[in-house]
Amino acid sequence: MVKQSKQILKTGLIVISLFALVACSSTSDTDESAMGNEGSGSSSSASNGSSARTSAGSGSGQLSQEEIRAQNAMRQTVFYFDFDVAEFKPADRETLTFHARDLAANPSKRLRLEGHADERGTREYNLALGERRANGILNYLIVNGASRSQIEVVSYGEERPAQTGQSANAYSRNRRVEISSR
Amino acid sequence: MKIRAVLVSAFICLLPYVANAELSIQITQGVDNPIPIAIVPFSWEGSGVLSEDVAQIVMNDLEQVGEFRSLSRSNMLSMPSEERDVYYRDWDILAQDYLLVGKINRAPGSQLVQVQYEFFDINRELKLAGEVLTGSVAQLRDIGHEISNVVFEHVTGTRGAFTTQILYVVADYVSPELTNFRLEKSDYDGQRAQVLLESPEPIMSPSWSPTGLDVAYVSFETDFPRIYIQNIATGQRRQITNYPNINSSPEWSPDGTKLAMVLSKGGSPDIYVQDLNTNELIQITDHPLIDTEPSWTVDGRSIVFMSERSGQPQIYQIELGAQSYEVERLTFGCFQCLNATFLPDGVNLVHVRRETRQSPNYQIAVINIETDRLITLTETSLDESPSVAPNGSMIMYATKFNGRGVLDAVSIDGRVKFRLPSTQGDVREPSWSPFLN
Repeated sequence: MVKQSKQILKTGLIVISLFALVACSSTSDTDESAMGNEGSGSSSSASNGSSARTSAGSGSGQLSQEEIRAQNAMRQTVFYFDFDVAEFKPADRETLTFHARDLAANPSKRLRLEGHADERGTREYNLALGERRANGILNYLIVNGASRSQIEVVSYGEERPAQTGQSANAYSRNRRVEISSR
Repeated sequence: MKIRAVLVSAFICLLPYVANAELSIQITQGVDNPIPIAIVPFSWEGSGVLSEDVAQIVMNDLEQVGEFRSLSRSNMLSMPSEERDVYYRDWDILAQDYLLVGKINRAPGSQLVQVQYEFFDINRELKLAGEVLTGSVAQLRDIGHEISNVVFEHVTGTRGAFTTQILYVVADYVSPELTNFRLEKSDYDGQRAQVLLESPEPIMSPSWSPTGLDVAYVSFETDFPRIYIQNIATGQRRQITNYPNINSSPEWSPDGTKLAMVLSKGGSPDIYVQDLNTNELIQITDHPLIDTEPSWTVDGRSIVFMSERSGQPQIYQIELGAQSYEVERLTFGCFQCLNATFLPDGVNLVHVRRETRQSPNYQIAVINIETDRLITLTETSLDESPSVAPNGSMIMYATKFNGRGVLDAVSIDGRVKFRLPSTQGDVREPSWSPFLN
């Protein structure tokens, strides 16, 4: 996958504006979108787009849109979930596809997926829910090229909130899976 | 009348000057017609000031279970400390049903103290109980709880649980990066807390062994949830499980030989039972959706657990040795029913209940599985981890108060509530001990 994007880089570079990223909408076919369909891009990677300019500019030259998307995707390491829902949001598919390709291209790379829940519901249930959330991402990464042995999964349930308190905002920040390197 | 000698450690401060800083528990809800009882301050015939007010300890015990109301000391017409000074009419005039008096002496030729108490029925003009308890000054609190047990049992016919203890977990958010997790043990009323384990990684699910000597819990100290057993007195601990994925929710069998637990090594959380002598592991449930929160039936032959197999969490029961699909569903009327345990009567099931999909409120409830009679015991929205006192009279649970985790207790009829004095941090996951003596 990474070779492909290098080829794209060699054959002809398109300098893209951030506007193009922000303006796009996600497609349902993740593989297609990740392969460089210009009209695609998830809202989550778009929201990270503002920081893309600096790293793109600091590189040795101009990057392809594909590479910028990949960079943005790799910067997103937290994925948020709806209440009582174990499946990650469709908008995160493209980003996770980039993570999977990165793992496939770097077989020595190891990740840890940490699943979390908000405090509503019992602790043991939330421990199980956190694991299911992380497993959903684990399976997606494997299907898209990562090796099972590269990824470790642990659920913290509601034990490690990103934000304490009983606000809707805290709850939405706590329902998450975090990717960390190990 | 039995005389008990309580062993003491070698060094005891003989002249304690500690003020009577008895933290009183907040009684959030009491009964309409509590039983009037007069508890006269115990006389102290030694030198110095005693560190504990035994009569006050008894008074707090009895008031916080809600069935009693004690007479204010300033309203007492006399303050007898033994039977020969007791005039029943003094207490009858004040409409008291019961009277407790006592005196504390230095035990001759030792560092110990002797507490003599006597308990009277005013209406029948009858002495119901009396005893001399011996112990160190540091054990005066235990002696007070011991006397509360006697009074409670005489009046209600139910064994008192005032000498029991609780385990719970505290999470102290020291900084955004550091949370200090502690497994603590205290008296049932939150007094005399001790730290059993401290860790920067989460601690969960403490569970007493039926002997009261050991605790099983989950610790993330290896970066994964693993089950440990720790001796409460010595602090000696051993790791019990190291299976892939979730290892959690340890629950001792009533005979103490096995540990029910949740493992997700098979891909999803299922219920297992591990024999603590042979380490043999038996899988009890096998379902691709979540099975968790095992607890034992009173006879130790079946396990009650929560499962999502019908789409939402509900309570099920399975007999040990049965096929994994031979489960009986116990709850139906709730959107979600979770974390269930049988009361000692084996019929009433305490659980966490979310009534409807629309309101994500989790409350403590009791359902009689034979009659379907349901009592919802709490009105707050984030109540969880119910744990039943060994006499079945009260349920302690975790809730939120002013944004912080606190422990509350409620009587099983829902009439009485009290809140434990809060310590620093978020307090959660109470586990009520078995009878310890």
